[in-house]
Amino acid sequence: MKQEMVFKRFERFWHWSQAALIFFLLTTGFEIHGNYHLFGFGQAVSLHATAAWLLIGLWVLAIFWHFTTGEWRQYLPTTDKLGAVMYYYAVGTFTGASHPFRKTTQAKHNPLQRLAYLWFKLMISPLIWISGLLYLFYNDWEAVGLGFLQLEWVAWVHTGAAFLMLIFIIAHVYMATMGKTVFSLIKPMITGYEPPEGGEEAAGQRK
Amino acid sequence: MHGMTFRGCMGFWALLMMVLTSSANAQLQLEPNPSTADHSQFKSLQGPFDSGPEVTEACLKCHTEAAEQIQQSLHWTWEYEHPVTGQMLGKRHVMNSFCGSVTSNEPRCTSCHVGYDWKDMKQPPPQAGNKVDCLVCHDTTGQYTKLPDAAGHPAYTPREVPAGSGVTQLPPDLASIARQVGNSGRTNCGACHFSGGGADGVKHGDLDSSLINPAHALDVHMSPDGADFTCADCHTTTAHSVTGSRYLTNARDSLGVDVPGHTDMSRASCESCHGFTPHAEQKLNEHVDRVACQTCHIPAFARGGVATKTWWDWSTAGRLGEDGKPITEYDENGHVSYLSIKGNFHHGENVVPKYRWFNGVVHYTLQSDKLDTEHPPVQINTIDGSAADPDARIWPFKIMQGKQPYDRVNQTLLVTHVFSPDDDSALWSNFDWPKALKAGTERAGQPYSGDFGFIETEMHWPVTHMVAPAGDALECQACHAEDGRLSDIEGIYIPGRDKAVMLDTLGWGAAFLVLAGSLLHAGGRIVAKTRRRKTK
Repeated sequence: MKQEMVFKRFERFWHWSQAALIFFLLTTGFEIHGNYHLFGFGQAVSLHATAAWLLIGLWVLAIFWHFTTGEWRQYLPTTDKLGAVMYYYAVGTFTGASHPFRKTTQAKHNPLQRLAYLWFKLMISPLIWISGLLYLFYNDWEAVGLGFLQLEWVAWVHTGAAFLMLIFIIAHVYMATMGKTVFSLIKPMITGYEPPEGGEEAAGQRK
Repeated sequence: MHGMTFRGCMGFWALLMMVLTSSANAQLQLEPNPSTADHSQFKSLQGPFDSGPEVTEACLKCHTEAAEQIQQSLHWTWEYEHPVTGQMLGKRHVMNSFCGSVTSNEPRCTSCHVGYDWKDMKQPPPQAGNKVDCLVCHDTTGQYTKLPDAAGHPAYTPREVPAGSGVTQLPPDLASIARQVGNSGRTNCGACHFSGGGADGVKHGDLDSSLINPAHALDVHMSPDGADFTCADCHTTTAHSVTGSRYLTNARDSLGVDVPGHTDMSRASCESCHGFTPHAEQKLNEHVDRVACQTCHIPAFARGGVATKTWWDWSTAGRLGEDGKPITEYDENGHVSYLSIKGNFHHGENVVPKYRWFNGVVHYTLQSDKLDTEHPPVQINTIDGSAADPDARIWPFKIMQGKQPYDRVNQTLLVTHVFSPDDDSALWSNFDWPKALKAGTERAGQPYSGDFGFIETEMHWPVTHMVAPAGDALECQACHAEDGRLSDIEGIYIPGRDKAVMLDTLGWGAAFLVLAGSLLHAGGRIVAKTRRRKTK
């Protein structure tokens, strides 16, 4: 059976470089926040800003890619099978039921994923970007008519959004290990190919 | 052929470079301050001179306006009407946390007046032109030394200074000194400004004799290995009026680089030369609106090996040895820790400043001002500024602390009569506070109930000298940290220092719950899977 590529080369590049940048931004960000000493404050700020610009650049590419390929539709929320997926994570995964959703190139994400990623894209990221850019251009607020802002408000929003990001990542990473085996969901994100139907079961039985 | 041309070209450039560099060298060999007058040739300066005022008379023959210029300057009047607060300040009026006030101690304190014979603070300084002291600022020989207690005069006959020390101060050769006058150098300014408060480094902490020949690490501007500035290079002086003030400090220079004809002709601010964007890194430039240059670039004061006084407790003065003689005690670093005439001291080297919002305006607690004795320490001076004040920046300060006498009934600081040249009315001869305070307040005309106590005091001294090399400037985390140097600074959010505790608690709590939930979920799945396998 011919395998079909689920995650395109750009998509994978985008996902993993974004993941790396976000881990790095969280690391430097919480140092700036004063939680530990790793790079030193000044170095952390400069690295954080550089990584943020890289991530913004990556997002510009990704947004372009999503619109030109029509892939943005992957994140449209749906209630179809939503209940079933939730029931699977709450109950089915313990009783040995099989996952109610099977990804295809037309629907790469299960309905819960769609909601989570939409939350990531429409809530967490905009909060982080807007507050982060304001933070970065703090000295120009007066000039652009934002003089009424207080640095602490922006800092709080940025910190709050960082916590949302951290929580998203914890859940995302954990759920990524919930396939047939720990790595069965992560592998397609690396190779691009979904293992053939039944392949995982066979792999599971070999153990 | 091409090779030849190339070589020819190189030869031409090498020659040109040699010509250019040699002419540049020739220029550098000129005197840094080439005067158009050789004072040694002046007949009027051949002497002999019997006194300082005689020398001044000779100076004024040519420099006809000099005395009048001096007499209008703060160095002469010791009087400053503060344009913002309206307070009458200047040494004639203020009190400090060192020897208190000039009043009643004149002949000693006025040894640092740029004149001769000012013996009564209640009167303005003597009016005659020859009472101006030219030599104290223009001596280039280092030989012109004033007596510590002669109202500004040097020794005219050999004298033991201090009395009983066995060290004889010889009269300086006034004519020779007069023939070698020149621009004011560091030692001229330093003679008074390095020794304020009674000895080297005592008062300011950022001004002491280590600045006469400082290492590059101590002061990039004054070090011979740095810019090799004299004081006057920054404290630009016009008509004998020197720029720079501790009463109304230019805490935020809004004029920037000092361009002749466009600005205030004062280089007594960092911005006068360095402008508003002195750093290559933009993020650092974004600090200069709220953080004074001094805050990062003077990581500590008293760095030159001279200790500064940080605590002076006058209440313990007067304790004598078993032999009835005054005693001197030293701390573990060899600094004086007790003197019968002055009380207990703490000294410090490499002192980390305190940081405060400061817009340049300084208020003083004057003789007549009521103290808030309920809430010591009493502030000898207070500084204006807050985060909400756009003219204020975060500045480093030496905060001098100690205990000083005050009137328990009138609730005022008291004029302390510590020095008297000819009777035993003063503390340093009688070791008797009641007598000294009675005499001091009488001399000053200050109301005094006779009921005195000692109260803790604090005095703010902005730190601005001893600028370290850029590499020694504070690291970001010196302030961007929870217990950093700016932990006392209010009204501003400092990343790394400040957190919304609630938000952090919620954030970490939620993250922990999600992590714990995931681990529990994973554990449950493993257990369920194992059970299923067993039942199969």
